Amino acid sequence: MHSYVYRLNTLVTFAAVLLAVLCCAASFLDAFNSPSVRAHAEVIKVNRFRKQLSGNDEVSLTLNISMDLRSLFTWNTKQVFVFLAAEYETSKNSLNQISLWDYIIRDKDHAKFQAQVASKYPLIDQGSNLRGKKVEFVLHWHVMPSTGRMIVDKMALSKFYLPEAYT
Amino acid sequence: MDWQGQKHSEFLMQILLVVFAVVAFAVGYAIESFQMMILIYASGVLLTALITVPNWPFFNRHPLKWLDPSEADR
Repeated sequence: MHSYVYRLNTLVTFAAVLLAVLCCAASFLDAFNSPSVRAHAEVIKVNRFRKQLSGNDEVSLTLNISMDLRSLFTWNTKQVFVFLAAEYETSKNSLNQISLWDYIIRDKDHAKFQAQVASKYPLIDQGSNLRGKKVEFVLHWHVMPSTGRMIVDKMALSKFYLPEAYT
Repeated sequence: MDWQGQKHSEFLMQILLVVFAVVAFAVGYAIESFQMMILIYASGVLLTALITVPNWPFFNRHPLKWLDPSEADR
């Protein structure tokens, strides 16, 4: 500890180690958070249902979604990325997941809402299998912390049958 | 600094940093603000640096007794 440079080095190193300990502690406490999410989604209108020139089916919907994700937020949460996926099965793929709508929630106050949204991204199939298809809506969320591990979870909402004929 | 001063400086540095870390975590957890925890800790680190790094006189209370130059030459 002879020169000030030596002391400065010791201080910076020790401060960095303690900062790492603080971040670990903050992230560790997140594990005790048991969230309860409620959400609901229903289709109001099928805007468009057609077969593209490439031969793939394309669907565009208007949905009414409501959700309460406030219990996901802790003091260590930076933001929550939530998206609504349509899942269905075809003969070619056992599971198709297409994201229809997503949103970034930055704080707890905005985590409970209800909205009527047109799907941000069209539902395009690999092929032409969507007529009369049973589609399940699943809400996925990624909880992004300030420090630590990202928590990924999902919840199945409701089922919907696409029309038998193109509109 | 003298030897005693170095010992005091190192001891002070460790204690101050740990105390500030604990206080920062407790306050941040209580008011549910991650940013507050980081701010308290950062200001604590700066304060500790100000106290322990420079060559303050109170670290030099037991100065070393060097020999007189004329004595050492003989």
